[in-house]
Amino acid sequence: MKDVIRKIVKDHSGVALPLAEIKDSTDLYRAGMTSYASVVLMIALENEFGLEFPDGMLNRDVFENIDSIANAIESVLQVEK
Amino acid sequence: MTPQPKAVEPRDLTASEGFQEALAVAAREAEAVDREARFPSAAVDALRAAGALGWGVPREYGGAGAQISDLSNATFELSRRCAATAMIFAMHQIQVACISRHLAGSLWFENYLPRLVREQRLIASATSEVGTGGDLRKSIAAIQPATDSSGDLLQFEKKASTISYGAHADDLLTTLRCGPNAGPGDQVLVLTHLSEMETKQVSDWDTLGMRGTCSPGFVVRATCLPGQVLPVSFSTIAAETMVPCSHILWAHVWLGLASDAVMRAQNFVREQARQNPGTTPPSALRLSELSAHMAQFRATVQTGLNEYVSLLNAEGRSTFSTIGYAVRINNLKIAASEAVVEACQGALRVCGVMGYKNGGPYSVGRHLRDAHSAALMIANDRLHATNAALLLVHREGK
Repeated sequence: MKDVIRKIVKDHSGVALPLAEIKDSTDLYRAGMTSYASVVLMIALENEFGLEFPDGMLNRDVFENIDSIANAIESVLQVEK
Repeated sequence: MTPQPKAVEPRDLTASEGFQEALAVAAREAEAVDREARFPSAAVDALRAAGALGWGVPREYGGAGAQISDLSNATFELSRRCAATAMIFAMHQIQVACISRHLAGSLWFENYLPRLVREQRLIASATSEVGTGGDLRKSIAAIQPATDSSGDLLQFEKKASTISYGAHADDLLTTLRCGPNAGPGDQVLVLTHLSEMETKQVSDWDTLGMRGTCSPGFVVRATCLPGQVLPVSFSTIAAETMVPCSHILWAHVWLGLASDAVMRAQNFVREQARQNPGTTPPSALRLSELSAHMAQFRATVQTGLNEYVSLLNAEGRSTFSTIGYAVRINNLKIAASEAVVEACQGALRVCGVMGYKNGGPYSVGRHLRDAHSAALMIANDRLHATNAALLLVHREGK
C-alpha cells in the first residue's frame, strides 16, 4: 500500500522530490507540500482507496508523511469493514 | 521611565483605573490620530501605565495571565473609542500569545517575557513580504548564519510590505524561512529588538482608514542569537495561535467599531424623537434593522471566541490543525469583516448628513473608513479561495 501512496504523493503533493527520495517518514510539509496541495492529495487518496476520511482525520498530523497516511487509511478501512 | 504597573486580577483588568484612563485618552485622541495619520502615542502610553502590554503574559513570567476572553473585552472597549488604538493593542497581544504559548522552555524567551512586562515593550510583527502575494504561510527571506561572525550568530534581511506601528514598537516578530535551503512554507518566528536593527522605511501610510496604525513598508535587517528563534515551527504557531487569535481579536476590534457607530445612530434617533414627542421618527425603523444586524454580529463573534476557549486544552489543541476548524475560523473573519461595514453604513443612513460630516457626536465617517480595512487585512478573497479548496474535502456540519 505504501508504494501506491508514494506514487499518489509524488503526483499530487507538489513535493519536488524523485520517487525514491520520498521515504516513509519524509515530512511532506517540510518538503514543500502546501495546504492546498494536501487537499488535492486527500481527494486523490479517497479516490484511489474508495474511502472517505472522517473530519477528525483531516488534519496536518495525518498527512505529514507516508507512514501516517498509511495508518490513517488502514484505520478507515478497518472501520468500514 | 514607565512606572511599575500594579498587579491586577485578570477579571478586573478592564475595570482598573489605569485602563479606564487609557480608554479616556483613546477617545480624546481618536479624531486627531485619524486626521493626522499619527500613532496614538498618548493612548499607548496610557496602556503602558496601566500595565496592559503585559496582560497576556502568563503569571509565571510576571504578567497578568489574561485569557483571550479578557483581551477580547479590552480590545472591544478600546475600539469603541479608537479602532486604531484597539488594533495596535490586539496585534501586540497576538504576538505575546504566540511567544507565551510556543516558547517551549526556551531560556531566551523565558527571560524576555518578564522584561516585556517590566519595560512594557510593544511588539510589532513583520509577517507580510514583498513577493509572496500576501500569503502568511510563505516566506522568501531566510534566517542564516551571520557572514561576518565566527560565532553562532544568525542574520536576516526582509522586505516587509507593511509593518503596523513599525516605527513605534520596541521589538519585532518576523516570519522567515528556517534556513537558506528551506522551502517557502518551512518558517520560523524570530524576535529582535528594533533598537538593535537596521530598518529602512520604504513607503508611506496615507490611507482611507486605520490611519493611526501607521503601517508602511520596511526593509529590516538584524543579527541575532539562535535563542531568539522560537523553537516551534511557524505552521504550528499559525494554526494554534496566530490565525485564531488574530481573527478573534480583530473581530472584536470591528465589533467595537460597529458598536460605537450604532450607538451614535441610536443617540441621533433619540434626539429626533425628543424633538417630536409622541411620534416615532422614520429613522427608528432603520435603527431597528441595525439592532437585529448587531445581534447577529455579536453572536458570530461570541461563537468564534467560545469555540476557541473550549478547545484550549490538551485534547482540543489537535482540533486547531483540522480542516474543519480552519474553515470555521476563516468564516469568522469573513463574516465579521463584512458585518462591520454593513453596520457603519447603516449608522450613516440613520444619521444622514450629521453622520456624513466630520466631527460632532453623530459623525460616522471615521468608523466607515476604518471598517473598510477589515476585508483587506488578509484579503477576504484569499480566505474564500482557501475555504473553497478546503471544502472539497471537509463536509460542512459534520
